[in-house]
Amino acid sequence: MTAAQSAPGLSWNVSADLSQLFSYHFMVNAFAAGTIVAIVAGAVGWFMVLRRQSFAGHTLAVVSFPGAAGAIWLGISATAGYFAASIAAAVVIAMVPRSGAGRGYSQESAVIGTVQVFALACGVLFVSLYGGFLDSLTGLLFGTFLGISNSQVLILGVVGAGVLVALAVIARPLFFATVDADIAVARGVPTKLLSVLFLLLLGCTAAEVSQITGALLVFALLVMPPAAAQQLSARPGTSFLVTIVFGLLVTWLGLGAAYFSVYPVGFFVTTFGFIAYVAASAWRAISKRRDSRLALGPA
Amino acid sequence: MTAPEPPEASPDTASGGPLEAPADYPLRFEGAAVVLGGRTIWSGVNLDVRAGEFVAVLGPNGVGKSTLVKAALGVVPLSAGRVEVLGGEPGAAGRAIGYLPQRRSFDGGLRIRGIDVVRLGLDGDRWGVPLPGASKFFSRRRHDDERLDEVIELVGARSYCERPIGQVSGGEQQRLLIAQALVRRPKLLLLDEPLDSLDLPNQSSVAALISRICREEGVTVVMVAHDVNPILTYLDGVVYVAKGGAVSGRPTEVITSTTLSRLYDTPIEVLTTSDGRLVVVGQPEAPAHHSDRHTGLPR
Repeated sequence: MTAAQSAPGLSWNVSADLSQLFSYHFMVNAFAAGTIVAIVAGAVGWFMVLRRQSFAGHTLAVVSFPGAAGAIWLGISATAGYFAASIAAAVVIAMVPRSGAGRGYSQESAVIGTVQVFALACGVLFVSLYGGFLDSLTGLLFGTFLGISNSQVLILGVVGAGVLVALAVIARPLFFATVDADIAVARGVPTKLLSVLFLLLLGCTAAEVSQITGALLVFALLVMPPAAAQQLSARPGTSFLVTIVFGLLVTWLGLGAAYFSVYPVGFFVTTFGFIAYVAASAWRAISKRRDSRLALGPA
Repeated sequence: MTAPEPPEASPDTASGGPLEAPADYPLRFEGAAVVLGGRTIWSGVNLDVRAGEFVAVLGPNGVGKSTLVKAALGVVPLSAGRVEVLGGEPGAAGRAIGYLPQRRSFDGGLRIRGIDVVRLGLDGDRWGVPLPGASKFFSRRRHDDERLDEVIELVGARSYCERPIGQVSGGEQQRLLIAQALVRRPKLLLLDEPLDSLDLPNQSSVAALISRICREEGVTVVMVAHDVNPILTYLDGVVYVAKGGAVSGRPTEVITSTTLSRLYDTPIEVLTTSDGRLVVVGQPEAPAHHSDRHTGLPR
């Protein structure tokens, strides 16, 4: 009984549940922020998964943790800390030479790993310097949807729109450079510039997503939806749209589940993303078997 | 090829003589030389490729066959002499040149369809995003779709162009890449070892396809190869690059036991089969020389 009183009640009446969900301003803000973040993360993540740059994306997200922790310690806006740290790390990673389309021998992953672990260590230091509120530590690492202010939603929206517009402008050459770098270079596509621009967009996105899912669970929105969608379709347009739909569903379901339970939002968003990926992989495996059975089938 | 051979036709011209009408030459080298890293790759290269010809660039590994193609593309600068490509400077012809770089294969996990990779050859360097359903409203997009359809049909890729490119065979990938190089209707097609890493049946069918493209589409084809036999029957001209220079002419002039033995520094026999085809025996075979491609050592 005590648990039921402390947590909001979930009934079988969907419309009542929904109106209960949106009766609090903080939940409206959480859904607005979640929606923005899901769309931006899906769009940028789709390219990230295609470019095999997941490790870089993870690092840019982890780096946002010391950024936010340092900002809180210094008494400035955590949002500014998120963006400053991720963008700075994106610049560092962009300076590492990258060979071809991720093939060949590159120092990239070693450099990224070094940056990542140092950043994480700095974050721990900042948290203990601040006085070590455990609450803020778990919030930074594993996400929270409580207390997202109107101005935070506005910043997420403005930055998100900027990222989407920039991505739309470079989308096709970026896709070209990702899939077929040799020919893209021969056709005069500025692949190096695109690679730097993309890392900056990825940095902004990682900083955005971190504010909802926490620095460690960014992949829930950045990797899982595109990875699942690319299993389902090899058509670029289709898998891109499916990515956005998955991202939105995962975020909305996760926020709803977190509201009606006592457990953190990061867990739910990640779990729904995981389910989407497993389901997509299973669907692909089944349809592949069906295809090969049809091809080999009894004449 | 029934025109009488003018006695003054030097072995430096790929074909033709003063008796024929003045033809245009999409590709000309005059006393060309390339020096890379202080080493002269080749010098004194003269070459005239006529419009609509199928010319092979042959020679041992590491003599600068690819460099010849890159000089034509304007990627590698000449240290002496000049190159004229489609009546202009190399590198200025842009869209009118189709280029297939050496040994390109796609990651088996790449979930992008072959037809999307071909389409990138058409519009990959345009900024922005292709809008779904745009072909209903924009005639350029409709023309693009038609051209794509045409070139897929031309290379015979209809049955597998919708499959992820990482999952089709090497020969099928090569056909799709040829389609990609052709999709902008180039006047000159530069192919760098398109038969490399294909099995024998695929070598002969891709060679036949390239020859058919040359005849039917009126495209001038310059193709680098290390084994002359699969393409010998289709060639209008050959360029042998060896020992810092090049010898060019008609296949029957250049492909003789004495010329080849001199160029390769090893006994080579040219045999004529009962149906009049030439076969080169004793030429260093491709597989034995594959290993030195990956060492990165100066060859």
